[in-house]
Formats: sequence, structure tokens, C-alpha cells
Amino acid sequence: MNIELFCQYLIAGLTYGTIYAIVAIGFNIIYNTTGIINFAQGEFVMLGGMLAVTLDVFFPLPLSIAGAVIITMLLGALIEICFIRWLKSPSVLRMVMITIGLSIIIKAAALAIWGEGVKSLPYFTGTAVTVISMGDVHVSPQVLWVIGVSGLIVALLSFFFNHTLLGRQMRACASNIDAARLCGIDAKNMVTLSFILSAGIGALAGCVVCPITYVQYDSGTNLAIKGFTVAILGGLGNSTAAIAAGLMLGILESLSIWILPTAFKDVIAITILLLILFVRPSGIFGNAEAARLKEF
Amino acid sequence: MARSTYKQILLLTVCVIGVQLAATAADKTQYLTQLTMAGYYSMVIIGLSLLMGYTGQISLGHAGFFAIGGYTSAFLTTYNLLPHQDAPIVSLLARTGVLMAGKDLYDADILVVQPWAACIAAVLVTLVVAYVIGRPVLKLKGHYLAMATLGFGTIVYKMVLGTSLVGAADGLSDIPAFQLLPGLSVSGKSSVRIQNYYIAWGLVIVGTTLLLNLIHSRVGRALRAIHGAEDAANAMGVDTASFKLRIFVVSAVYAALGGAFLTHFNGGIGPSEASIMKSVHYVAIVAIGGMANLWGALTMGVALNFLSLRGYFGSHDDSVFGLILVAVMLFAPEGIGSTGAPERIRAWIKRLGAREEPAP
Amino acid sequence: MNQLEVSGLNKRFGGLQAVGNVGFSVPQGAIKALIGPNGAGKTTLFNLVSGVLKPDSGTITFQGAEIQSRLPYQVARLGIARTFQHIRLFPKMSALENIMVGRHVHSRAGFVSGMLSLPWTRREESAIRSRSLEIMDFLGIVDLADSEATSLAYGQQRIVELGRALACEPKLLLLDEPAAGLNMRETAEMAKLIGRIRATGVTILLVEHDMALVMNISDEIVVLSYGEKIADDQPLAIQKNPEVIRVYLGENDA
Repeated sequence: MNIELFCQYLIAGLTYGTIYAIVAIGFNIIYNTTGIINFAQGEFVMLGGMLAVTLDVFFPLPLSIAGAVIITMLLGALIEICFIRWLKSPSVLRMVMITIGLSIIIKAAALAIWGEGVKSLPYFTGTAVTVISMGDVHVSPQVLWVIGVSGLIVALLSFFFNHTLLGRQMRACASNIDAARLCGIDAKNMVTLSFILSAGIGALAGCVVCPITYVQYDSGTNLAIKGFTVAILGGLGNSTAAIAAGLMLGILESLSIWILPTAFKDVIAITILLLILFVRPSGIFGNAEAARLKEF
Repeated sequence: MARSTYKQILLLTVCVIGVQLAATAADKTQYLTQLTMAGYYSMVIIGLSLLMGYTGQISLGHAGFFAIGGYTSAFLTTYNLLPHQDAPIVSLLARTGVLMAGKDLYDADILVVQPWAACIAAVLVTLVVAYVIGRPVLKLKGHYLAMATLGFGTIVYKMVLGTSLVGAADGLSDIPAFQLLPGLSVSGKSSVRIQNYYIAWGLVIVGTTLLLNLIHSRVGRALRAIHGAEDAANAMGVDTASFKLRIFVVSAVYAALGGAFLTHFNGGIGPSEASIMKSVHYVAIVAIGGMANLWGALTMGVALNFLSLRGYFGSHDDSVFGLILVAVMLFAPEGIGSTGAPERIRAWIKRLGAREEPAP
Repeated sequence: MNQLEVSGLNKRFGGLQAVGNVGFSVPQGAIKALIGPNGAGKTTLFNLVSGVLKPDSGTITFQGAEIQSRLPYQVARLGIARTFQHIRLFPKMSALENIMVGRHVHSRAGFVSGMLSLPWTRREESAIRSRSLEIMDFLGIVDLADSEATSLAYGQQRIVELGRALACEPKLLLLDEPAAGLNMRETAEMAKLIGRIRATGVTILLVEHDMALVMNISDEIVVLSYGEKIADDQPLAIQKNPEVIRVYLGENDA
């Protein structure tokens, strides 16, 4: 095993890890505002890719991606309004079942609309064989797109939550919903906004990674599990830690091909999830009290 | 047995026999095959109903236990030990009568474990796995518990899917019949269809009776206490961690038995039995039937599984489950039983049977 | 003989020393009260004794054996039962069933024997039921037996919870604000019940804010303030203790 191959695996790991981190951030945004774990989060990613592929037939690529993201965001809002908004203090089990049910329905709808086959977007720059070479390490420009877009998402979210009124209102709801209401913040709309945001970033991530990993009607589930693992690993609700955790998981998975047969690659993420849940559910970066503070 | 248990089990037995007679009379005995399968799936459902309903623990990984039971049974009864017959373990097993000779697909001689021994092994393996997994998992609550059980189920699925020793994506097939008594075997042959229907439902009846007895016992009361106010239950001397674990193990063993028997009935097993969708199906059925409602879960289970197996949902199987699950969770989170429908139906039946009162 | 001895007990939550170097003892058969302003650490102390919390340091000795590292269900099995400040009855179970759960430590039917519904388990269930009814009779609430526990009036719920604790046949009973939320008549009833329970030989340690009740029934009183013990004496002496008066009423009225 030489240094070039190692770098190749590392970069692959970083690419996937970034996507896991974005999915985790999506989980965190909804969790922070509502305390709900949205099991359908992976489906937002899948829909982003699928919708973009369909729109790409009619529109130029940037427009298709924008369209896919907007449609998915609308769907996120729709889900919140129809299924979540009017529930009064639902139990955890009820919420788990509803979001799982929604994930099943979305998958079935995707199967009906797009069929079983894998789909892919064209590479944003260049083609499938274009490479950028750094010495003996060859990397597709799409990888830079993935990392770049993800970085942009994180930066924009950070700006949004820290420096805009709306963002601060959402954080207020996350911290203490009753106090937020007393300050005149419309908590109901904040919840809808959290779904819209999560759906949007999920869809965007789905579009940008689609050329590399393709998309299929059921690609959401795997991503959801890995995204959740990353969210827990970083401490549920802590999105900054999720980024680090995502990269860690991505790299670990990538390098695991050395030791394990590829069929078991997914088992790594789940084993890590179980280990973390058993040993330190507050995550490696979280501590038990901070976990309750639920800041972005 | 409590008197109510007695009456309920009697009613169940009557229904089981009644359905069989009706099917035979209407010359639709092929329905019995799906009902037999639905029966074995019900073993998972009644155990899960107890776990979720009486202790409030979510398990999104019970298909994993079903698969562990089924695959252990399947593997042991098809793995040819003939090439290893000189190994000390194998000759020890042979001497204790645990092995049997048979023929494989190509009519060659093979040496495998007897189905009854394989079944016992399946239960033991499940016991161990459930204990080992259960201890850390049950310390978790809410979403964490759901995810941990989901993770467990996914690991089982990935492992059976990726291991060529158990057939990988094709699973295991050519499973021999499981002889319970001379003349009574678990197998898919249409000549013993009626027999097998009764074997399956006999298992469900016994299983349900044991669980009902448990619910009405000191343990059942302790479980309900744990569900209601775990800290108070602890303060009253109930070792809540131990009880939750033992119920988890019981429900896992029920699932494994269902899996083992169904494997012999179907003659095979595949990775799909361990899939997350299956686990979600089981949980959905328990949620729809009413969490702490064993009978609701059983009825829903039989109904939905039967319809699904007979193909009435066609290729929309998953969406139907998804829609039913979301609908019930939105509008009747305590399950269909809580909408008052059973009471209203009972009252309506009573009114039908009431005599006309003369005007005062 | 001291049934319960607490010595050098410390418990800190982050920056707050909830219990600081607290020590006292409860003689067998006595009624001892734990009082102090809100936030003084009384419920924390209860949670330490009943095993819900582990102390950072210090010992809790019950009948000569150290119990500070025991889990709540183990503490119950040793003979300490408790009630809760915010009533913790089991919902969806009748008052009688709630009390029957209290018999758990004195019964044996397990998973296998329960599933098989063995005859001896049924006899045990009968015994549990009749003993629980006896307790309800002793407390004067037999007619509430089949009512759903959480649908009862607040005062009645308190008595049911008391019955549940009594069903454990404890040697030491921890009562966490037994009169909270009760009106004057109900408080007087509660005082009588507590006296009758003590007469059966049970030692009682209670946390309470109702001063009349405390002064009326207690043999000894421990006063806590900001996690520390400031007095441990008989009721009359406590009433005259300047430190206690200062803590409750402030400087000016001393």
C-alpha cells in the first residue's frame, strides 16, 4: 500500500464523509427545533438527486439543481404542515413511526415515478473521466464540488444561525420554546422553517454527490443511518461536531476496505453507532449536560 | 390461568378450527398456506406486542431475531458434515443422535443436524444474542433505543446478505422437513397442509396462552409498573433493568421460533426476512393493533399478513403498510382498538340479540 | 439503636453543592423530619438515601450495613420504602394494583412460573391481593380499590402512594412532602395516619414544609440550608434556634 493509494482512499472517505455530515446537520436542525428525529431525512437527499435528473432533461443543469432543491424544500414544508404541525405532544414512538411511515411512502412514490434503475446527473465540470492530478493522486473535479458545496452550506448555515434575526429566532426556539414564544416568536413557523432548511440542504447534497454515487429510489435509507450515526457521534444537536464526525466516519469506512470484505463496509457505520450508543450516547464531542443545550 | 384467559384462548381455538373447516368446505385449502405463514409471523408480533405494549420498549430490529432463528435452523439442517465426519466434535454429535443422514439436491449423501436439535440450537443462539445485545440496548431510551435496535437489525441483515456460507443473496433452500412426532412434520408439502396449519396455530395458541398468563401474573404487573413509572417501580423493589431484559429475550425467542418453524415450512429462507422493512412491518402491525393489546396485534397481524402474502396489495405492499402506519399513528395512536370500534361493534351485536321490550 | 445513619454526605451538581457534609441519625421507631427552605437539598438527600443518586463521598448506613452504592430496587429490598414529592402512581392501573406492586419484594412468582400459571403462583397472587386490601383497610381507602389510580382526588392519591410504600413492609419509611397540596383537614388526616403507621413499629423520615404538621408529629428535626445541616434537635429546641429562625425568616425578625 503506497502513499498515493492511501490518499486516494482518504479523499474518497472525505467525499462521502462530507455528505454524511450534511445529512447529520439536516437531522440536527430538525431535532434542535422540535426534538424529533426525522427518519425521512435520507429521502430528501434521494429526492434532490432524482428531481434534478428529471429536470435536467428540460433545463440547464444549474436550473435543474435549483428546481430540485426548491421542490424538495416545498415537500419538506408540506410534510411538516400536514403531518407534524397539528400533533399535540406526541410520544417518541409515535413520531418515530410517523417519520418512518413517511419515509416508506416517499420511497414507494419514488419507485413508482422513477422505477428501480439507478440514475445519475452529468458531472458539473468535465466528464466522468476528467481528473485533477496532484502528483500521482488523481481526483475527479466533482469531489471538489462536493467538498466545496458542503463547505458553502456549512458557512451559510453558520451565518444564518449566528447573524440573522430569523436564524437567531430558530436557535431561541431550540433553546427554550416557551420563552421564545413569550418573546413573540412564532414557534410554529420556526418548525416549518427547520423542515424546509433540512430538506433543502439534503437535496443540494444529493445533487452534488449524484454524479459520483448515482441515485436510486432506496438510496435514502443507507444515508439516513449513516447520517444519524454521525449526528450521534458528534453529539445530537451539535452540528459543528457533526462535520468532524462525518469526516471521521467517511475516512474510517473508506480505509476499512483494507481489512473487511466490501459487503461489510456498511456494517462499520452501524457498529460505530451501536458502540457510541452503548458507551457514550452524548457523543464523543458532547458532554451530557451540553447535549441538553442543543445549540447548532 | 385466569378465567378471562381461558375464555379468550377457547375463542381463539374455535376460530382457528372454524377457519380451517370453512376453507376446506369452500375448497380453498390453499388459503391455509398463507394462514400458516401468517401464524408464524404472528409469533413475532405477539412477543413484540408484549415488549412494546407492556414495557414501552421500541424494537426496530425484531426481524433480526426471526432471521437468526430461521437461518440457524436452516444452516444446521443443510450444512453437510460428511466431509468432517472424522472430526471429534462431529463424531460426538453423531453418537448423541443429533445428526441425521439425508440426500441433497443431486442425490448425494449428506450428514446434517436433526431439525429438532437445530431448532433448540436456534433458540439457544437467540437467547445468547438477545442477552448480549439487550443489556446495553435497553439502557437507552426513545430515539436512541429505536436507532440501536434498527442498527442491530441492519447488522443481521448485512451479515446474512454478505456471507456466502449462508447463501448470501440467495439464502438457503432445500431445508428438510421438521418432524415433531411420528406422522406430524413441519413441511410445505401440500399433502400435509392442514396438519401444518394446526402446527402453526397450535404454536401460536400455546405462545399466546403463556404470554397472557404472564400478563396476569406478578411479572405482568411489574412490567406495567415499569412502563407507567419506571423510577417508582424501582423504588418498590422491581429490578427494572433485569425485567426489561428478560422480556426482550422472551420476545426474541418467540420471533426465533417463528423463524425456525417457518423456514422448515417454506423449505428455505432468504435475507429479506431480516430486512428493515420486515421489522417495520412488525412494529407497524403492533402499533396499528394497539400497543398493549395482544389480541388487536394478533388480529391485525393475521389480516395484514394474509392479504399481503396472497398478493392483494400487489407490488404496492410497502406503500400500503406505510400509509396504514402513518394514518393510524396520526389519528389513532393508541391503535385501532382505542377508537372505540370494538366496543361499538360489541354494543351493536348486543342490540341485535336483545328482545323487544313491551311498551310501558 | 439507630436505624439510619448518614455521615459526611456530599453531592455536587456542576457548580452547586446540593448536599454538603451532612450527617445525622434516625433512631429506630422514631419520626424524624427534614426541613429547610426550598433548594436546601432535602429531596436530594432523599434521593441519596433511596439509591436514586450516588453521593460523591460519605456513607449511609442502614441497620449497620452501608447502602450508599446500592441501586433503588436493592434499597427497597433491604427494607426502605418511599413516597414521592410529585405523586408517582402507576397510570392505567387501579389503586389496588398499585399497592399490589408494593408487595413485589415479598413475593417470588417469576417469568417461567408466571407463564405456566403454576398453582403456587395463583395462591401467592391471592395472598398479595388480600394483604394489599388489608393495607387499604388500615388506611381507610378500601372503597377506592378498583378505581384507576390517577383518576382519584389528589389527597386520595397521596394515601394510595402511602399504601404502596407500606405494602413493602418497610422498616424505614421515607415520606417526601406527604402533606404537599393537602388542605387542613386532609393534612390532619395524614398526621393521624403517620402516627398510626409509627405505632406499628415503622421508623419514619419525612421531608415537609407544613410546620404545624412537622412540629406536631416529629420526635426530632434536622434543618438544612443550602445543603448544609444547621440544626438537629427536638421540635421545641428547633423553634427557638436562632440560626433556624434566621434562615427561615431573615435577619430582621431574629
